[in-house]
This record gives sequence, structure tokens and C-alpha cells, in this order.
Amino acid sequence: MMTNHGNRITQGQFSFLPDLTDEQITAQIKYALNNGWAVSVEYTDDPHPRNTYWEMFGMPMFDLKDPAGILMEINNCRKTFSNHYIRVTAFDSSRGWETPRMSFIVNRPKDEPGFGVVRQEGPGRTIRYTVHSYATDKPEGGRY
Amino acid sequence: MSEPNETPPPPDDTPVDLKAEYDASHIHEVLEKLDRELIGLKPVKTRIREIAALLLVERMRKKMALTAETPTLHMCFTGNPGTGKTTVAMRMADILHKLEYVREGHMVPVTRDDLVGQYIGHTAPKTKEIIKKAMGGVLFIDEAYYLYKPENERDYGQESIEILLQVMENNRDDLVVILAGYKDKIDRFFHSNPGMRSRIAHHVDFPDYQPDELLAIAKLMLAQQNYRLSPDAEKAFAEYIVRRMEQPQFANARSIRNALDRCRLRQANRLFARSGGLRKVDLMTIEAEDVLASRVFSET
Repeated sequence: MMTNHGNRITQGQFSFLPDLTDEQITAQIKYALNNGWAVSVEYTDDPHPRNTYWEMFGMPMFDLKDPAGILMEINNCRKTFSNHYIRVTAFDSSRGWETPRMSFIVNRPKDEPGFGVVRQEGPGRTIRYTVHSYATDKPEGGRY
Repeated sequence: MSEPNETPPPPDDTPVDLKAEYDASHIHEVLEKLDRELIGLKPVKTRIREIAALLLVERMRKKMALTAETPTLHMCFTGNPGTGKTTVAMRMADILHKLEYVREGHMVPVTRDDLVGQYIGHTAPKTKEIIKKAMGGVLFIDEAYYLYKPENERDYGQESIEILLQVMENNRDDLVVILAGYKDKIDRFFHSNPGMRSRIAHHVDFPDYQPDELLAIAKLMLAQQNYRLSPDAEKAFAEYIVRRMEQPQFANARSIRNALDRCRLRQANRLFARSGGLRKVDLMTIEAEDVLASRVFSET
């Protein structure tokens, strides 16, 4: 049974929507900048939902006024890691938040194999379940 | 997702209301403010007017579906110290924003230290970070010629210049670069970096101020701080300006500002020494004796 149509991973904002266009990404980043959040670009080839810490593509960008610079970095990242997941995160450093306020995927591999469920037989006929990404069977860098 | 433009271009005899566009753009407010607050600087103001006109016409042309490449607005300000290069650059960001040429209208002032790194591989990220910050606004590089040090061929400044050149060419819509510095040094800088020179469309030379202009500037500066010169003090200050201009290291408006700060110091001292009987007007007025106590008068 396939519950996730097209096998697209759904992490962060807008992930059930079609891929965002550059104008839409710009508008989202503009919103983050207007709120004074620092935006950063991150990538990974391990899409496990518990893989919170993706690799940073350059430093987080502080004190920007205009989304053009961030879009430039996104495009650089897309060029370097065209077949990886790339996401944009907006970090709110204001007191009481100090946390990412936005996070959305801006690039996906062409082919997403999805996840399988692995069952482990525990003591007393207990079953432990774990989610396993088919992509991570291959070594890092050669997954997509 | 841009939809194909179905409407046919307007016919050639469509009337164009440049006046209405001018009134709607708030540009006259900025230009009037420029006239009011910046004394002298004729060539600079003329050039700003020209640029404003160009951008306005460009906007009308866009409405008439006459597409053209965005004009390059990278500028180079040359002039002696204290002639208002930074002030005008700041205004420029505002003007370009009002004309919708830049999206945000902020100015990022930088010098060599902000762009050039200290070891291999440090310069590019540093320069790019600054460029990203300046996007949507104006990047103001003060004393730009220090970027290039011909005596050291391993200097990282060249790397920074190359990145700048690339951005100036490719991201013309995103930022405006303004270089500033002293005339002779900038000329030498351009001589060794012809690529930089050719990418800058507007070379604006800031003339030195005349004594009467400096006096007007002094009055403006004082008015902004709620001070005023008494009639005697005004005469004395005019005399001060003439004498100060003959001395070495005269830095135009900057010297005037420093002189005024010293006058305020003497005024405060004088008021403090005087016991009682002070009125509000005394706090506001700078007298002739505050000016005449200056060093330039004693050296005759």
C-alpha cells in the first residue's frame, strides 16, 4: 500500500505542494527577512525524518535585507548538490524563541525511493518497528 | 510563472504623461531635500537629476512595453576629504529606492578590511557575505583603491576585485556599487584595473567648497543641533573659514564640523564660568568670542 503519492518525502513546510518556484521561494525568504530571522541553506542525502542536522552549505546569513543573495546561495547549492535534498531554514534568535521558525525543501533528488518498515522481534513476541530509507543502503555520496 | 504577454504593444502615438509619473514617484521630495540640505556640489546634483530623469523615462518605457536592458548605475565618487561623498551615497540609496531601481534602499558602507581576508580562501566568502548583505541596496566602498596593492602581487585584494566585477556585471538588478576616494588615487586604481573602470557608468567629481558655501554648511549643521551663530560670531566664523582654508590638512566640511564642535566646547565653558542670569537663548547662541579663541587667529 502506497500512502505517500509519488514517494516524495514530506518534511518541513509546503512539502505536500508541488515544488516551489524561485519567485515563491523568494517571497518566503522575504517573509523571513522581514521578521528578522537568519536564513541558512542546508543539504543532505539522508532523508530519515529523525536526521535533524543537515550539512550547512556555507554560513547562516545574518543581517540580509534582500532575498536575492540567499537565492544565489540556493542556486549555488543546487549546482553543487543537484541530486540531494536542499532545505532553507529561517532561525529566530529573539529571546524566548531561539529556534528555527521556518524550514522548507527547495531541491529533491530526481528519484526518491522512499522508506521501508523494518520489524524486529523483541522479547515476549514484542515487535519493534523502525523506518529505513532505501537510499541509505548505498554509501554516502552515492545514494541518489 | 510568468504568463505570456497577450496584449499588443500600445501604438506609437500613445500619449505619455511624464509629469504625472514624476509627481507620483515622490522623487521631487528627494531632490528638493537634496537641494535644501546639501550646499554647493553643482556637478553632483546635476548628475543625480540626470539619473533620476533616466530612471523615470525608463519606467515609462517599460509601461509602453519598450524593453531595454536595465541601465548600469554603478558609480564612482571622487573628491577631496570632507566633500560629502558618503552623505551623497547615502542619499543615492534613498533616491534609487524611491525610483524603484533598488528594492530595499539600504546602504552598506565597507572598506578594504571588510572585503579582503587575511589568509588563502578567506577573501571570497568574506566578499560574498558583504555582497549578499548589500543586495537590494547600495554597496559603498570607501577608499576603494586600497583593494588593489600593486607592490604585493600575492595580495588578496585582487581576488576581491574579481568577485566584485563579476557581481557588478551579473547582478546588476540586485545591487548598485559606489566607489569613493581621492581623485588621483582612484585614477591610478582604474589604470591598473581597466575592467573596473569600464563597468562603472557614472564618474562624479566632487568639487571643493567655496568659503561662502562652507559658512552655509556651518549654519545648517548648527541649526540641526539647535544652535545658532550671533551676527558677530557669523562674521568671525567667515573669517575663520578663510584662515583655516589656507592651512594644511583642510578637510572641507569635516574641518568645519570639528571647528563647530570646539566652538560648542568653548561656549559651554564660557557659560559655566558665568554665574547666573542665563536664559534659553544663551544656551543656543555661539558668540564671537567662542570662535575667536581658535588657534588659527592666534597664529598671525
